[in-house]
Amino acid sequence: MAGIVSRKGLSSTPAQTRPSATDEPVLVRALLIGLVLAFFGLFLLMPLAVVFAEAFKKGWEAYASGILSPDALSAIRLTLLVAAIAVPLNLVFGVAAAWAIAKFDFRGKNILITLIDLPFSVSPVVSGLIYVLLFGAQGWFGPQLEAWDVGILYAVPGLVLATVFVTFPFVARELIPLMQAQGSDEEEAAVVLGASGWTTFRRVTLPNIKWGLLYGVILCNARAMGEFGAVSVVSGHIRGKTNTMPLQVEILYNEYNFAAAFAVASLLALLALVTLGVKTFVERRSV
Amino acid sequence: MPAATIDALDVDTPAKGAIVHRPGLLARRHSILPGFSLALGYSVVYLALIVLIPLSAVFLKSASVGWDGFWHTVVHPRVLASFRLSFGASLIAAAINAAFGLLFAWVLVRYRFLGRGLVDALVDLPFALPTAVAGIALATLYAKNGWIGSLLEPLGWEIAYTPTGVFVALVFIGLPFVVRTVQPVLEDIEAEVEEAAACLGATRWQTFRRVILPYLTPALLTGFALAFARAVGEYGSVIFIAGNMPFVSEIAPLMIITKLEQYDYAGATAIAVVMLVLSFVLLLIINGLQAWTQRGQRGR
Repeated sequence: MAGIVSRKGLSSTPAQTRPSATDEPVLVRALLIGLVLAFFGLFLLMPLAVVFAEAFKKGWEAYASGILSPDALSAIRLTLLVAAIAVPLNLVFGVAAAWAIAKFDFRGKNILITLIDLPFSVSPVVSGLIYVLLFGAQGWFGPQLEAWDVGILYAVPGLVLATVFVTFPFVARELIPLMQAQGSDEEEAAVVLGASGWTTFRRVTLPNIKWGLLYGVILCNARAMGEFGAVSVVSGHIRGKTNTMPLQVEILYNEYNFAAAFAVASLLALLALVTLGVKTFVERRSV
Repeated sequence: MPAATIDALDVDTPAKGAIVHRPGLLARRHSILPGFSLALGYSVVYLALIVLIPLSAVFLKSASVGWDGFWHTVVHPRVLASFRLSFGASLIAAAINAAFGLLFAWVLVRYRFLGRGLVDALVDLPFALPTAVAGIALATLYAKNGWIGSLLEPLGWEIAYTPTGVFVALVFIGLPFVVRTVQPVLEDIEAEVEEAAACLGATRWQTFRRVILPYLTPALLTGFALAFARAVGEYGSVIFIAGNMPFVSEIAPLMIITKLEQYDYAGATAIAVVMLVLSFVLLLIINGLQAWTQRGQRGR
């Protein structure tokens, strides 16, 4: 560690007079940094900038009318609703799974960890398809649901299910390594001193994991609000009813209503920026 | 370890002192902490309800169609063309990501320069930006009248609405996977190793190629596999820029949507099975690679 710190110290001096054996020539460094900045500008900054440029191209009024149209407002409401159901569900699961995995030893732990990761490697479209196969008119439960007149597919429950699936690992994924690294000595001490399980969790574990938990929730929320592929399969695209914000963006864009499409998209881009801001904040905190 | 490394990194760092006991058959290490049965039981039931049972529906549905129906769908020329594009573009994009991801990680860890904090924070943008937003942004940038497309058009280079567009979107989506897997490993390299190489007369390039690169290989491969896995299944950021012409620029996930729109559930399921099997294989490979990365790190 000391070596890295001193190297960082060295190269941060602007006028470097002593060439080090483990530093690259200035020209090479400048070239590498230049390459990174070029790629960064081309692939990361420009897509972000174009969202806001297109959103405000026709002025504030077009922007406001894009966001305040009834369809857009109902898409915003639906997105908030879906996230408000999906994120707490995965939050509870994440904490429970991390508690079991990090604080206890049992057989099949590694299999469980792998299975929790599974939704990350499944294509979003396939994630939506599985719920169509379950609840669609030709699906396992479709006829029964139809008889009962319960709508899951092309309705809010379907959107929630697909969103829960794609955001399933986020909170658990953040908490497991964090809680494993912290071990369980502090909790054991609390229990020995007579604290109940709930008190131990609330007063000992929670303060230790709060930043990781916050970050997991923020990531989970960003994905829940921004999910497109899975939701697009189960939504049925009923305007004003089952269109979330990303789906509304797609519809507006395909209708060549670019100003409105990018206006709604700019809200989602802001959400992404806030997410990254929180991430940077949490990382500084935990160092 | 930074608590906030994104996504699928750091799979199974064992708990401090947790491997002292070997748990017996179905037994757990004796612990005085409460809540094990409740936490594990809830996790497993929730996992089964949300993930395992729904996923098994795909395989059961496809089994009910039979091998002939499955094969007939999968080898249809239009479907095959979509697989070729999805796998091909994803492989090239993941390779580009590996190269630039290594470069990003190197520059972010080793150098201090103006804007470093901004680059470090925004590398994760493809994770955080909803894919539909990325999709319309990229399509607008690379269209003939877009900021970048208008520069390339005089050169006769079209990107939007061609297979190249698919590739560009996949490069965008995969970059953070490699950066964030390589970065922590690079931070862990001890300066002594490089100093020893320099003392023994190695040039800087030799040190990089013979000392640093082998050490980074497992992480680099993990990042490559993660980027590839994400790229193959990616939908939102690709469909807007792809143009979606049959046989030319249709990706495999789009074929599933197309089949669904024609109420061809068996066909959609058959394509999904191929993609799921690929995901499972990739997941196993990634887990193996991550174990390799951690063994390497612990060995130091």
